[in-house]
Amino acid sequence: MDDARLAERAVTTGEVKISARKAQVYYGETHAIRDVDVDILDKTVTAFIGPSGCGKSTFLRCLNRMNDTIPNCRVEGRITLDGEDIYDRSVDPVQLRARVGMVFQKPNPFPKSIYENVAYGPRIHGMARTKADLDQIVESCLRRAALWNEAKDRLDEPGTGLSGGQQQRLCIARAIATSPEVLLMDEPCSALDPIATAQVEELIDELRANFSVVIVTHSMQQAARVSQRTAFFHLGNLVEYGETGQIFTNPRDPRTESYITGRIG
Amino acid sequence: MAGWAFLLLAAATVFAYALNRRAADALREDGRRLHSLPGFHGGYAALLVLVPGFLFLCLWLVFQSAFINRSVMAGLPPGTLDGLDSGAVQLLQSEIISISRGQVFGTPEPWKLEAATRMSEMRSTAGWVMIALLALIALGAILYARSRVSAAFRARQGFERIVHGIMVACSVVAILTTFGIVASLLFESLQFFRMVPVNEFLFGLNWEPQIPIRADQVAGTGAFGWVPVFVGTLVITVIALFVSVPIGLFSAIYLNEFASDRFRAFAKPVLEILAGVPTVVYGFFAVLVVAPALRNAGAEVGLPISPNTALAAGSVMAIMLIPFISSFSDDALGAVPQSLRDGSLALGATRSETVLKVLFPAAIPGIVGGILLAVSRAIGETMIVVMAAGLIATLTINPLDSVTTVTVQIVTLLIGDTSFDNPKTLAAFALGLMLFLVTLGINVLALRIVRKYRELYD
Repeated sequence: MDDARLAERAVTTGEVKISARKAQVYYGETHAIRDVDVDILDKTVTAFIGPSGCGKSTFLRCLNRMNDTIPNCRVEGRITLDGEDIYDRSVDPVQLRARVGMVFQKPNPFPKSIYENVAYGPRIHGMARTKADLDQIVESCLRRAALWNEAKDRLDEPGTGLSGGQQQRLCIARAIATSPEVLLMDEPCSALDPIATAQVEELIDELRANFSVVIVTHSMQQAARVSQRTAFFHLGNLVEYGETGQIFTNPRDPRTESYITGRIG
Repeated sequence: MAGWAFLLLAAATVFAYALNRRAADALREDGRRLHSLPGFHGGYAALLVLVPGFLFLCLWLVFQSAFINRSVMAGLPPGTLDGLDSGAVQLLQSEIISISRGQVFGTPEPWKLEAATRMSEMRSTAGWVMIALLALIALGAILYARSRVSAAFRARQGFERIVHGIMVACSVVAILTTFGIVASLLFESLQFFRMVPVNEFLFGLNWEPQIPIRADQVAGTGAFGWVPVFVGTLVITVIALFVSVPIGLFSAIYLNEFASDRFRAFAKPVLEILAGVPTVVYGFFAVLVVAPALRNAGAEVGLPISPNTALAAGSVMAIMLIPFISSFSDDALGAVPQSLRDGSLALGATRSETVLKVLFPAAIPGIVGGILLAVSRAIGETMIVVMAAGLIATLTINPLDSVTTVTVQIVTLLIGDTSFDNPKTLAAFALGLMLFLVTLGINVLALRIVRKYRELYD
C-alpha cells in the first residue's frame, strides 16, 4: 500500500449526494443486503470493497434501481438522491437512471458506430436540438473519456472493434453523455490490462471534478489509488465506512483489518 | 422366410457378442492386461456379424423377386411372348405371380399354372439358399472375430472404425439421394425444354397446360409460360409474410422482453403446438372457415370474392409461419447478451427503446435469416394451396383474385392420366426444378446471413 500517497491526498468533503438508511435487499428468500447506512458525498470517489458475494455490486445497483430489472428482487429501506426518495412511487426509474449513470464490469458497447454509442443517451433524452449540438456532445464526452484522439478519425466504425480498454472508455463516455450527477462503476477495470486500467483510473480521478463517482472494486490497491472514501462490505453488511486513508491505515473494525491484510476474502 | 432370416441374424449377432465377450473375460481372469474392455471385444464381433449379414439380406431381398420373375418368364413355352408389348408382358407376369400366391381368377391356361408352380418352387428354394448363405456368412464372421480375441487386440479401435464406416455410409446415402433427385429433375426438365423452348417457359405469360394426351381428345393448344404461376406463388407468399412477420416478430419480442416467466412458460409451448399442426389441417381450415368468411364479408360490402382467393390461402399460410418466425426471432433476441440490455437500461432508456434501438438491430441478421427460411417454406408449401388456392393461372397481383401456385400446378399436372413423354407431364419437372432453384437460392442466402450473425457474439 502506498501510504505516502494516501497521507497527502486532499479529501474534499462535499455535501451528501446519496444517502441510504436501513437499506435491505432480498433475492426471493435470500437476504442479500442488511441494514446498510451510508452517505455518499458529491464530487468524491467512493469505493466499495469486500470479498466476492458480499453484496457490494447488489448495493450499487440499488442506487440507480437496476435491481428493478431482476425478477423477485426486493429493496427496502430509504435511499435518497439529493434528499428525494428514489424508491418513491412518483420517481420514474427511467429518469433516475439518466441522472445516475452506470458503467459495467465488462465493456458493453452497443453494436453500433462509436458516434452512435455516445449519442445514444442524448438522443433518447432529447438533449440535442441539432446535429451540431449532438456532434458537440459526442466530442466533449469522448474528450472527457480520453478517447477522442484515438477515435476521432473512426467515429463511424463499430464500437465493438475497439480494444478492451478503449471499449470501456467508450462506455464511460456513453454514460457521461446523459450528464448524470452520479456515476456508478461496477468493477470497471476487472476485464482490462494494467495499462488500460491505469488510463481508466486516471479518468476516474478527473471525473471527480464533475460527478460523484461510486466504484466497486476487487482490488484494494485500486480503491486506495482512486478513492477518497471507502466502504467495506462483508456478508451483506456494511462493516466500515470512512476516509480511504483511515480505512487502509487505521481500520476500526477487526474484520476490515483482516480483509485489508489479506486474511479474509 | 425373410422374417426367419432376420431372426437368425439377430441370434448370430447376440451369439457373437457373448462369445467374444466371454473369451475376453476369460483372458482377464487369467490375469492378462487387455488393451480393450471385454464389452468392446463383444461389440466388435457383433458388428462384424451384423453389418455384412444385414447388407447381404437387403441386397438378396431386393434382387430375389426380379431374378425369379425373369427366369420364370424366360421359361415360358417359346412363342408365348411374341407380339406382346411391354404392358401386356407386365400383365401376364402379374397374373402368374397372383396365381402362384393362390389367387386364381377363372380358369387359366395350363402353361400359366405350370409357370406359377415353378415360381413358387423357386421362391421357396431361394428362401432356403438365402438362409444357408446367411448362416455361412455369420459363421465365417463369428469365427474370424473369435480368432482375433487376444490381450493385445485393439477391439476398441476396431469397433470405432466400423461405427465410423457405418456413419460415413449413412451420410453418403443421404448425399447421393440428393444428387439423384436433382439429377432426375434436371434430366426430365431437359426433355421438357426439348419440346418447349426455354425462353417460352421462362418468359411466357400464359399457362394452359391442358393439351390432349391422345389424338382424339378435345383440349387446348397448350401454353407453358411459368410467369403467371410463379407470380401466384409470390402473391400468396407476400400475403403470408405480411401477416406472419409482424405477428411472429412482435410475439417473440413480447415473450422475450416483456412477458413474465409464467406467461412465457405457457405461451411458448402453445406456439410450438401451432408449429406441429399438419398442413392439411390448415388446408381445410382455409377452405371451410377463412374462405367462406372472406366471401361473406365481401358480399356484405358488395364485393364479389371468389371462393379460392389468394388472401385466404395466404393468410392461413401465415398462421403456419408464425411459430417459425417467432421461434427464430426469439432465438436471435435471446442471443443478444444481457449486458447490452443492462447498458441501455442504465442509460435511462425504457424497455421498448432498448428493444427498438439496441436489441433489434443486434438481432436483425438472425431475424432476417429466419424470415428468409420462412419464405422458402411458403414458396414450397403445397397442401394449403392445393386445398385453398385456385387452378387457373391468371396473371394478377390482386389478393382477392383466385391465383394458382407452382406447387398446385405440379400436383395437378401429375394427377390422373399421365404419360411421361408429353410436355404436360414434363412441365411438372421443369416447375419443380425452378422451385428447387428459387428455394435453394433463398436458403443459401439465409444460412449465410445466420452464420455471419452467429460469429458476432461467440
